[in-house]
Amino acid sequence: MKPTIEVNNLYKKYTFGLKQSNYSLRDNIVNTTKKLPSFLSQKKIHGKLEKNQFWALKNISFKVMPGEVIGIIGRNGAGKSTLLKILSRITPPTKGEITLRGRVASLLEVGTGFHSELTGKENIYLNGAILGMKRAEINDKFDEIVNFAEIPKFLDTPVKHYSSGMYMRLAFAIAAHLDPEILLVDEVLAVGDAEFQKKCLGKMGEVAKAGRTILFVSHNMNAISRLCNKAIFIKNGNIRFYGKVDETIRLYNNSSLNKIEFIDSKKTHKKAFVKGFKVLTNQDKSSIFSNNVYTFIVDIQVQKDLSKLEVGMGINDELGHRITTLFSRFYNIKFQVKCGFSTFFCKVKNLTLKPGVYYANIFIGDRYEAYDFILDPVMFKIQTEDNFFPSGMTPDESQGSVLVTQKWSIKKRK
Amino acid sequence: MTNKTTNYEIKIKPIKTNFYLNFRELWDYRELFYIFAWRDIKVRYKQTFLGIAWVLFQPFISMIVFTVFFGNFAKMPSGNLPYPLFVLCGLVFWTFFSNSLSSASSSLISNENIIKKVYFPKVILPLSSVITGSVDLAINIILLFAVGLYFKFIPPLLILPIILLGYIISFLTASGLGLFFSALNVKYRDVRYIIPFFIQLLLFLTPVIYPTSIIKSSGKFLFILNPMAAVIESMRGVISGSFNIDFLGLGIASLIALAIFLTGLSFFNATEKFFADII
Repeated sequence: MKPTIEVNNLYKKYTFGLKQSNYSLRDNIVNTTKKLPSFLSQKKIHGKLEKNQFWALKNISFKVMPGEVIGIIGRNGAGKSTLLKILSRITPPTKGEITLRGRVASLLEVGTGFHSELTGKENIYLNGAILGMKRAEINDKFDEIVNFAEIPKFLDTPVKHYSSGMYMRLAFAIAAHLDPEILLVDEVLAVGDAEFQKKCLGKMGEVAKAGRTILFVSHNMNAISRLCNKAIFIKNGNIRFYGKVDETIRLYNNSSLNKIEFIDSKKTHKKAFVKGFKVLTNQDKSSIFSNNVYTFIVDIQVQKDLSKLEVGMGINDELGHRITTLFSRFYNIKFQVKCGFSTFFCKVKNLTLKPGVYYANIFIGDRYEAYDFILDPVMFKIQTEDNFFPSGMTPDESQGSVLVTQKWSIKKRK
Repeated sequence: MTNKTTNYEIKIKPIKTNFYLNFRELWDYRELFYIFAWRDIKVRYKQTFLGIAWVLFQPFISMIVFTVFFGNFAKMPSGNLPYPLFVLCGLVFWTFFSNSLSSASSSLISNENIIKKVYFPKVILPLSSVITGSVDLAINIILLFAVGLYFKFIPPLLILPIILLGYIISFLTASGLGLFFSALNVKYRDVRYIIPFFIQLLLFLTPVIYPTSIIKSSGKFLFILNPMAAVIESMRGVISGSFNIDFLGLGIASLIALAIFLTGLSFFNATEKFFADII
């Protein structure tokens, strides 16, 4: 049997500033004029090119057989989404070749092309067509889609009047009823409530059982290990490991050190920016456990003296739900910072997070301006341990992320 | 996707060539032309009081305004046609051309979210904008007939092939320019500000409010280069019953329209691959 997906030596190069600097004709004229002198010396322009470019994917090769469900894991910015974008033909590769045997449908984001003025029914036809369904096919599956989305009563209501839950359900329902040989899924499960997420996972399981090939990008290791038989671990644009799902996840988990450094030359024009982030504990270990006292550490670089700097961190769980926010403003603290490097510490005593992966958004700024805002969150991990509860049990996904010590008793009533 | 052919194979490679139009693929995606046009028509007049009547209003009001200013005050010659009918002949095709061009030019930008998320031949977006405009054209031609009858000009049968040819010429011209500007608009948002100027300028270079006869021979070459001029003049010739139609002019206009279309298309193809990265 031939593989459904064959990727050979795939490279993708992006150029920094392509989006910003070429935005208007004037910028381009200005840039060309600036570059003009460097045309004279070949050496210079070469150096400049290298600096502005980076490889989002380097020498990626893998094969997927029909019916396999492959998880793709890796940190933010590792290249997972770029890979899916190339596979779904949204953007072309720089080098290399891919062969796809079968029709491809991608769920890079559900609800693509929804129009808020159109009714639910009209949007089913519009979105279906955009995703590549034929009209006859949509007619066939229409009732199924409506039932899956649980919106039969609101079919003739414009979707702008839908609740966000209804909107999401409808969007996913359409996508879920595509019937391609190859399905590419990117983080769809990060939205919607727990009930809906369960339903989505169930649907994907069904699709997989029907012998379709699925590539599934997610930060949710639970979902990955439940749905996939194999997984690809991507780091810095390279495939680090491709094999059994449990093994890949173990490797991935061990690779993240609760510490991240940002090397980002683009930011040097800012007044202040985040250079690094890590989480430490009171115990002298590299791993963090639930019952530790956490210290969140943010390294920054400041370009000029600042007198009223505020620092904040939003702690999110792996589905993107905010657990808590650490913010100096809550304590009326404004930092005086001298030009150069500084490090902020935020010690947290009574936050007991259950084992798992968490993300932090980092903010530095003052009351009026954000100097730097890491929206693409940084990951840290709370290790598994058995001794928080006497039973050694760990709550599952539906039981929340925060662990609290509990004293149980009973009193008889008359 | 109903016919599950197992030998269906897609190769993804770096894109190098510019001059291609994958007709098979466009045929596979033919429903998308219809669905985008349908969406635009459906959405355009939502939450408006007059609704679809706006289609008639635009040329009708322009006809009245032009008649007052150019017909009555400026005493613009209009051949053997009454000025309102004369100007409406021009406006019907001009409105189609200018509306199609301006909506095609912004079609990629306004569908940015789809381009970034799903693959489909992007040529469909500007082309379906022109298809949307065609629906308006059909309605406005009925308006033209009605105004013609009001002035007791009964259009001869020859008008049908002239309308068809005029439609093809203006379709190709509007699409060609639309493809070019929509692709340029992805990279340079300046296009958004250039287009209204460009259209206004073209209105003066096209015999919409005046007849070609008032232009001295040295300026005539502009009308030869402008396919819309031949379309509008032929419409006037046929509706007035004078059958004063310049078939050679129409032939040249067809060729120029085709050249504009192909140039626009190849520019579009050359830049299409990077749309998702830079839009």
